[in-house]
Parts: sequence; C-alpha cells; structure tokens
Amino acid sequence: MKSHINARNVIVALVALGLTLLPAYSALTGNIFILTLFTRIVIFALAAASLNLIMGYGGMMSFGHAAYLGIGGYAVGILAHEGIGSGFIQWPVALALSALYALVIGALSLRTRGVYFIMITLAFAQMAYYIASGLSRYGGDDGLTIYKRSTFGGLIDLSNRVQFYYLCLACLFGGVYLIWRIINSRFGMVVQGVRSNEQRMQAIGFHANRYRLVCFVISGTICGLAGALLANNTDFISPAGMYWTRSGELMVMVVFGGMGSLFGPVLGTIVFLLLEEVLSQFTEYWALIMGPLLLLIVLFARGGIMGLLGRLSRG
Amino acid sequence: MADPLLRVENLVRSFGGIKATDNLSLDVVPGELHAIIGPNGAGKTTLISQLTGQLMPNSGTIHFAGREISRLPSYQRSRLGLARSFQITCLLPDFTAADNVALAAQAHDGHSFRFWGSARKERHLRDAAQAALARVGLARRADVLVSELSHGEQRELELAVALATKPQLLLLDEPMAGLGVTESARMVALLKELRKEVTIVLVEHDMEAVFALADRITVLVYGRVIASGDPDAIRNNEEVKRAYLGDQHVVVSHG
Repeated sequence: MKSHINARNVIVALVALGLTLLPAYSALTGNIFILTLFTRIVIFALAAASLNLIMGYGGMMSFGHAAYLGIGGYAVGILAHEGIGSGFIQWPVALALSALYALVIGALSLRTRGVYFIMITLAFAQMAYYIASGLSRYGGDDGLTIYKRSTFGGLIDLSNRVQFYYLCLACLFGGVYLIWRIINSRFGMVVQGVRSNEQRMQAIGFHANRYRLVCFVISGTICGLAGALLANNTDFISPAGMYWTRSGELMVMVVFGGMGSLFGPVLGTIVFLLLEEVLSQFTEYWALIMGPLLLLIVLFARGGIMGLLGRLSRG
Repeated sequence: MADPLLRVENLVRSFGGIKATDNLSLDVVPGELHAIIGPNGAGKTTLISQLTGQLMPNSGTIHFAGREISRLPSYQRSRLGLARSFQITCLLPDFTAADNVALAAQAHDGHSFRFWGSARKERHLRDAAQAALARVGLARRADVLVSELSHGEQRELELAVALATKPQLLLLDEPMAGLGVTESARMVALLKELRKEVTIVLVEHDMEAVFALADRITVLVYGRVIASGDPDAIRNNEEVKRAYLGDQHVVVSHG
C-alpha cells in the first residue's frame, strides 16, 4: 500500500481541521466577519464539489450549474414568502425541484457532446434566469427578501451564526463523503469509464447515457442543497444569483482546485473567494488579476492546486 | 450444418456515393473461426461495426443466436454475447489494465446503479479480471495504467476485455495490427487456444495467420463477398488470386 501521509493529504487534513475550528478562532478573536465569509465559502465549496462530480469525473462540462443554486434558493424563498417556514418542507422541495430540473434538462442536453453540451446547459440556465426574473409576485428582477430562515422544529437555529456555519460544514463534508463513495462505487466507475472512452463502454455493454443522466441528477440535487443554504445565508434570493457568470465562477473554482480530485473544488473555492475578497479591497478591477491567474493555472498546472500538491508529494 | 450463430442477409451501408457494404450475406456457425479478408477499403471494419452496432446498416438484417439485432444499440448486443476488439486500440487510457477488464465483467454482472460499495473491492469482479488478464498473458501488468502499456500489451488487453464479457461470438478486428513478429506469434497461439471455447470472426491482414487459423474464409472486395469457403478453396480460387492475393499467395502456399 502507498503511504497516505504526503504533502497533499496533510494539507487537505489541515484545511478540514481549520474549517472545523474556525468558529472557535472567530469567537476568540471576536472576528465575526471571517465566520460570515467562510460560511459563504463552505456553501460555494459544496456547489463546486457537486459540479466537479459531473465535470471532473463525468466529463460533462455543464455551464449552467448556477441554475440549481437559484432553484434551491427560490424553493426556500418562495415557500417562506407563502408562510411555510419549516425546513423539513422547504429543503426537500428544494432538492426535489433541483433533481427534477436536472432530469429534464439532462435528458435533453445529454443528446449532445462537447461544445454543444456546454451551450445547451448554458441556454437552459439562462431560461431559468429569465423565468426567475419574471416572477413578479416574488420580486422579479429585484429579488425576494427572506424574512425568516428555515426552521427545523427547534433542533437547530439557523439564525445562530455558529450553528448555521456548522450545518453548512456538515453538508459540505457529507457531500464530499457521498461523492467519494459514489466515485469509487460501481456506478462511479462506469461514469468515469464513459468520460474516458464512451465507445468502449458501450461496446462492453453499458448504456452510457443512462449513467450520465443519473450522475447529472445527483450533481444537480447536491447543488440544490447548496442553493437552499445560500438563500438562508444571504436572507435574500434574486435572479442575479443564477446568472451565467455565476456558473462560470463555479467552473473556475473547480478548475482552480483541480478537476476530478475529490477535495480540489473545496480548495479551489477557498482560494477563489479569498482572492476575490482580498483583491477587491485594493481594486474594483480584481478580475484583471484573477483572470491571468486562471490562465497560469490552466497553462502550467493542469491539475489545479491539487495537481500541484500531488507533484509536491512525489517530490 | 448447424444453425448459424450469426446470419447476415443482404446488408447494405453506404457513405455518400460509396457502398462500403454492398448487399452482403454471411453465415457464421457455432464453433468455427471465420476469417474475413480483403484489400484495404474492402469494408471489413464497416462490416464489423454494423455487426456490433456502432454503425447502423441502411438495409438488410443481422440475426444473432436466432434473434434479429439489426437495429439494437451496441450495449444491448454486448449483453446478448457479442464482443469485439477494435482495429485501432479502444481502451480506457486513464484506467489500469485490471480496471478495464473488471468493468467489462461488471457490465455483465447485473446493473451498475450501485452507489455505495467500492467496486474495486468486489472480489468476484477482480477475480474475473485477473483470470482474463492471465488468459492473454498480462497477469503481471494488471495494475499498470493502459496509457503506459506497450502497443502489443494493449492489443492483448483488447482481447482480455472482450473475453471478460463472456461472449458467444468474438469479433476481432485486426488483432495483429502493428504487432512485431514475436508478438504476432504469441497472438496466433492465443487465438488457437481461444477458438476452442468461443466462435470467432477474425478480420486480419496477416495472411499466414489467417490461413493457419481459419475454418472458413470470406473474401470481401468493394463491400461484396467474392468468395467464401475453406482455406484450400480460397487459396485455389482464381478470382481471389486475381483480385486480392496477388503475389502474397506464394507465401500462403508455403505457409
């Protein structure tokens, strides 16, 4: 057996530990801002991890993943607006709608490959965006304020910063663990095999698209959960959150961290959002710095941060 | 004569103005090794691709084990027991040799909508993979990535993958393509073993190998069958000599 102690795994473990201890740090230093920032990071990390499942492992370049953030968020927002505040109802609805949306657009998009797949997922996400803009009862373009966070019958208080942070972190760790089980399962082997060589997989007896579609739905559902968390975090939901640039950001987070590596998207999201936070304090043109950085990663570090760490581990 | 395992009737497939398969009929009986030869561009790979469902014919029918399969997608034909190897190596390059074969075994071991248990820890899949690898002489290369295997090893792996699907009929598209002399000899020896267990359709350019292995030979030219029969009959067929064998038949008659 290979040793599991190497630079990459040590850093992953340290990051996981850091995320777990963050509220303690925040409490000790009285730095509330960092907890708010990292709640957002953890939620986006979950979304990026879900995108990585289809993009990195399944080879499906979805350019419409922000739609699930919106759908999960609107499910929470609209139900709250209609007086249904229980998370036991809101969240299952958020997941179910995300799954349904993924099923429908997946069934249509998966008839295409490559650039066409990217374009068609983008087109569907933009449709979702415009539909959200047209929901005049729920704020239309201006969005919808959520006056009360989801309630879970007193089990957990989402208005409590620390409790909410830990809920998000549990969802992230749970999501990553689920994805880890999936990619090593029979199902995951098939999905990765199809990414590697679809014709071969068909020839040995796999109905490739059926497996792709299920993977697409799983990914969308996990991202829908991130959407429900995000709406609770911002107490607000608007169409802007599902605009195509948001889908692009998710892709960048995955590429930053390393496509097809389990923990890569988490690191990618942390780096991306921290950079955005820091750079935007110096200049509003922070994207001018982020852009070339992405170029460097794509050109010289194909595996993203995880790839770099992997090379470091091998010495 | 036994009922054919594979019966192809009046198969037609054209690409633009070119008929790559021109009203082709062919029977393969259980247990035989049936070779298909023909000059480049005779439509051999096109035929194999229609048999396994990567390509659909324009017209004509294909029956396999008594069932019409002309319109079935390739994954369903694989389930029925039809396996192929590809002329141009077609494997999962970023998987190990063992993973490639284990996936083939997995495809024929119930559905794969299992999301939790680790597939690489399923004993019987790993054992099946190891057995198929041992069969083609790759047992010691099981954990090597396909992209790091030599060309010859990849050809052998193609065969192991096909075997792992437990086929009734094995369609081999130029398994000797690009192999050196010793590797070719090993492949011939291997095919001699395999033919005892499974019916084989062999497309091959290596005439020596074809005449050494085949029970029957079908000769294709421009998508049409110009002759079909046992190796002796083909060797002495004037039309075949004219159309195809040419100076090669000297080699063959000494083979």
